Amino acid sequence: MSATPDKKIRAVIVDDEELARQMLREFLAKHPEIEVIAECANGFEAVKAVAELKPDLLFLDIQMPKLDGFEVLELIGTELAIVFVTAYDEYAIRAFDIHAVDYLLKPFGAERFETALQRAKQRLGGKGPPPPELSSSARPPDQYAERIVVRDGTRVHIIPVSKLDFAEAQDDYVALSTEGKKHLKQQTISGLEAVLDPSRFLRIHRSYIVNLERVTKIEPYGKDNHVVVLANGTQLPVSRSGYGRLRAVFDQKDQRQSG
Amino acid sequence: MHPLLNRPRQLGLYLLAWAPLAGILVYLLSRPGGLTLSEAAALALPLSLAYAFVCLSAWYVCRALPLERSGFGKLALVHLTDSALASVIWVQMAKGLAVALVRWGRFAGLDQHLVKHIPLLWGTGVLLYLLSVTFYYVLLAEQASREAQERALEARVLARDAELKALRAQVNPHFLFNCLHSISALTSSDAAKAREMCILLADFLRTTLRVGSKETITLEEELTLVRGYLAIEKVRFGPRVHMEEEIQSEALAVPIPPLLLQPLVENAIRHGIANLPEGGVIRLSAQRRDDSVAILVENSFDPDTPSSLKTGLGLDNIRQRLNTRYGQDAKISVRTENGKFFVNLQVPAPANGVSR
Repeated sequence: MSATPDKKIRAVIVDDEELARQMLREFLAKHPEIEVIAECANGFEAVKAVAELKPDLLFLDIQMPKLDGFEVLELIGTELAIVFVTAYDEYAIRAFDIHAVDYLLKPFGAERFETALQRAKQRLGGKGPPPPELSSSARPPDQYAERIVVRDGTRVHIIPVSKLDFAEAQDDYVALSTEGKKHLKQQTISGLEAVLDPSRFLRIHRSYIVNLERVTKIEPYGKDNHVVVLANGTQLPVSRSGYGRLRAVFDQKDQRQSG
Repeated sequence: MHPLLNRPRQLGLYLLAWAPLAGILVYLLSRPGGLTLSEAAALALPLSLAYAFVCLSAWYVCRALPLERSGFGKLALVHLTDSALASVIWVQMAKGLAVALVRWGRFAGLDQHLVKHIPLLWGTGVLLYLLSVTFYYVLLAEQASREAQERALEARVLARDAELKALRAQVNPHFLFNCLHSISALTSSDAAKAREMCILLADFLRTTLRVGSKETITLEEELTLVRGYLAIEKVRFGPRVHMEEEIQSEALAVPIPPLLLQPLVENAIRHGIANLPEGGVIRLSAQRRDDSVAILVENSFDPDTPSSLKTGLGLDNIRQRLNTRYGQDAKISVRTENGKFFVNLQVPAPANGVSR
């Protein structure tokens, strides 16, 4: 990963505007130690390019079709150095929260670009801080996820949270069940819980989060355990504390309906 | 400022209102066992006229003692006292007048006859004064409500001014930043194109400022603005932006509020085309109806991208502007269908071309 003199830094440019890509290309052309190995016009292409080419450095626009810059980052991790390039300054704090190398505000000049490049080289020379739980810190605190992005090799699935039936913890991954299919995502179940709207999703068990709209009934199971039954017939275990939370939610709903 | 004293017309009407009161007083004094009709009239008519002026003073008391800010006890005490005092003055005036009339030699013994009517006279005086107090409070209340109406009207005018100012400021700064970035990129690769874009941007900004200060502009002017805006976005987005127009020539001269369509087209780009890697189509159509113009803005969008709250804000803004100006006569509706977003507008436009 480190930039040794005989090895070029491999960079990918991601921006949906041709002129913006052209400008980065032009600035980078003065640096023979950097090789632009791909240009992408949207988030899907970016995820694919990073997965296939494993670049060292990524110039990443935020407002893009299909996946925005933060979603791209969520899927590719922060193993590489990221420089955000955007006309919006309101994302700057979020960008530094996830240890972006720099944040270039359009329009920027050659001098500002050089600073960003120097920072990127420093980051690539040493080892940057390890990425924290990315998806939760990359999201503004007062806003819950409307969709979840999952990468499967070079393919990207977008799951609207309304179509998520339940999520199950599996070691370092969560398995997201939607429309009869399961998608594996590298994330902890607590990290997922943090980005989901708590009025729509509930942690019913150490290993399970359920979409409350899918729950048709709660049944006793064994001596003093319970399971929830979903609309498609799936049964999920409910822990003792999960049962308490579940009861609280449904009691509240009953009161609202009768009141 | 007394509402009656300085206005002869109003004062005349006020004195006229006292005529029936004087009539009642004549009747009361000349009732069986009382004065003769001519005696009663000779006393009551000049006394009523004089008291009408005494009662004008009630205005100052009422104004100093606003109904809504004074306690009931205080109000009762003050008005009972001032009416009692005013009536005492009135009774003294009656006594003096009776003496004068006797001296004049027409009504012998009138001053003696009057003595037993004094309680009646005093009581009437108190009631008349209290009646005046009530009258002035009604007048004050009416004045207050008229002032409130004026203030409300003023507030609406101010709100409209604020709206105009906001309109002028509504050119999205991110649009400008992205534009400048494109120009900056073009300067080294295609200087002529960079210059062209500077001019497009300047034209757009100048037109926005010019039309933003007007009450209405023609649909044709607004379309020119929209085309200027799209020409700039085409430099940024390249072939991703397709524009289709279907404008009835009869609709071109119709007056509409300025910057009505441009924000809708900007939304269509930002929340529609910008999210589509392959781009999409923006369709604008306008049709002249009997007493309105129907405008449709249609664009492709990506159903997988969560709808942004900002779209709603832009539309709310337009809805509010139409409502302030046209009330129920203007309509705006939004729907989505097969990956297309539709905004329907209906703006009143009288057939003779005169706008409101």
